[in-house]
Amino acid sequence: MDIRGEMAGTSTAGIDIGSRSIELVVMRGDEVVHAAKAPTTFDPVGQCRALLGDVCAARVVATGYGRKLFVEAFDKQPALGRVTDITEIQAYALGASHLFPQARTILDIGGQDSKVITLSPQGRVLRFEMNDRCAAGTGKFLEIMALSLQVPLEDFGAFAMSGDTRIPINSMCTVFAESEATSLMARGEKAQNIALGIHLAIMQRIHSMLRRAGQDGPLVFAGGVARNPCAVELLRELTGAQCLVPQDPDLAGALGACLLARKLLENDND
Amino acid sequence: MTEAAKAPTLAKFASPVDRFHLELEPLKEAGVKLAGIYCVFAPVELVRAAGAVSVGLCGKKQGPIPDAERVLPANLCPLIKSSYGYAATGTCPYFNATDFILAETTCDGKKKMFELMDRIKPVHMMRLPTDKSPEAQALWLAEMRRLAAFLAQHTGKAVTDEALRREIALQNRIRRALLDVAAFMSEARPPISSLDLMGICESRTFVLDQEAYLNDLLALGRELEELRAKGSSPYKAGAPRILVTGTPVGRGSEKVLRLLEDAGAVVVVLENCTGLKGVVGLVDENAEPMEALAKRYLDTPCSCMSPNTGRFTLIDDLTRQYRPTGVVDLVWQACHTYSVESFDLGRHVTDDLGLPFLKIETDYTESDVEQLRTRIEAFLELQAL
Ligand code: SF4
Ligand code: SF4
Repeated sequence: MDIRGEMAGTSTAGIDIGSRSIELVVMRGDEVVHAAKAPTTFDPVGQCRALLGDVCAARVVATGYGRKLFVEAFDKQPALGRVTDITEIQAYALGASHLFPQARTILDIGGQDSKVITLSPQGRVLRFEMNDRCAAGTGKFLEIMALSLQVPLEDFGAFAMSGDTRIPINSMCTVFAESEATSLMARGEKAQNIALGIHLAIMQRIHSMLRRAGQDGPLVFAGGVARNPCAVELLRELTGAQCLVPQDPDLAGALGACLLARKLLENDND
Repeated sequence: MTEAAKAPTLAKFASPVDRFHLELEPLKEAGVKLAGIYCVFAPVELVRAAGAVSVGLCGKKQGPIPDAERVLPANLCPLIKSSYGYAATGTCPYFNATDFILAETTCDGKKKMFELMDRIKPVHMMRLPTDKSPEAQALWLAEMRRLAAFLAQHTGKAVTDEALRREIALQNRIRRALLDVAAFMSEARPPISSLDLMGICESRTFVLDQEAYLNDLLALGRELEELRAKGSSPYKAGAPRILVTGTPVGRGSEKVLRLLEDAGAVVVVLENCTGLKGVVGLVDENAEPMEALAKRYLDTPCSCMSPNTGRFTLIDDLTRQYRPTGVVDLVWQACHTYSVESFDLGRHVTDDLGLPFLKIETDYTESDVEQLRTRIEAFLELQAL
């Protein structure tokens, strides 16, 4: 794979700087030629630099919470051409509707926030809802719970699916839910069932957010939590909708940003 | 926003505290009483007709909130906490200068807070009804009379019809002048920034010499007309135009307005009670003054009213005049009345006015600024595409 040198003229890049991870997508023409991921850490600019390596692109679009920071640090760097930014709402809308043109609603559950975007049949953003102040209803909730049940996060979904009883977790708050789980454990409840209850609690929250946003038609589930099979299963069950999960659910934002970069490059060349 | 020529009279509204102290001293020496008010339901005409003056105290800053939370629950509207915090810590020069407080039974949080504030300074509570039925009107009129008696007791000066008519006429002139200044925001490129306009509206409750305030407004209006004719504006053409509605906003709690403007929007009109809600609607100068006053104040379309259809009508009118491209409903955390009303309002704005709508629930801290920035930018992107 050569993403350097003379190919820069036709290459574009999209980068999604989230609060927990950074994703990069590079395209040449219509084809994705490179994708990579790194944790955000306390040095997002340094991490971006490492992730970019010697990538060259004629246009770059940044998205995610770190987008402004990225533009400041990387605009007008010789290898990168012009760097602009869009919000993750537009980036996810572009990315998800490119992967699934029939998509009408996008759900993204990330590490620190979650959002629902509804799209017109033409793929235009109609409305969006965001949960960005509270950890319950985000990937953080699952992370804390997996830790407290001592199950590796990657296995947490499968672990929960082996539960046999659905125990309701009533607390809306991550801190209280954790103590609720502790008291369930103290009463001798199986860890698998508690895990299932925890997944149910977060997905019910997500479901009411979907309803508030007026979810309709095929639903794309993106963001890191879409890798969790239990979350996907419960989402299907609760919404009764067709749930489409991208192969790389956490790349949807970077892909959307890259697609916009490509469009901007086309406009530049016109 | 770009740097553009500013109207010189704007400077008069820039440091309200200094102006307040300058105006207050001679009044205090003459024995004039100062009433503290928190809400646009407080009838300033009546206060002034009784020979007193009033100052707005509504808390807009985060500073005193941690102190307030020693007494009040943390999960309460920041405006109430800030207001109480200033009173309890003695850190607000305006509050310290007041002789008594005028309060109304508006929202639950506020009225319970006033019970606590009464231990710091005497609070006169007006029983505000929540609708406009004949019984409610009668109660509110009786409350106006009870307030007149309370004031007379403190000032030693009974409210005469003549004095009341004079003050009503003055406040009506101020309202008209303020509406004329605000109307410059309906221009494609307004000659004044919306944050400056917010400060001017807010100053109305800080300036004790209301005639001087009126003259400043009139002078400002003339200057803005000149700037408009020259095409001078801090804004670029074609920016998204936002109507902001919801809970009160002022210097110290304007973070959402600032984020909107940082993201390239023009806040063309503030519908809330620190904006035009408290200004629209004149008192009928041909009717019996006390009755006319009661009627005008009870017409205030605050979410404490039930039903509160007047708010929708006002937003419709302002939409026609200011041509916003989107509506932002700002709700202070734990403000139930505005938060609940937001549902119907959102429907009305999207379905009947055909405008994008964003509800923002936040407090006075800066903790969520980056999240809000994302939301606001995404909201503005919707209007640009
Ligand atoms: S929102 Fe209503 S109750 Fe609160 S200050 Fe304004 S008018 Fe008064
Ligand atoms: S913003 Fe809401 S909760 Fe706060 S004082 Fe006004 S009406 Fe009451």
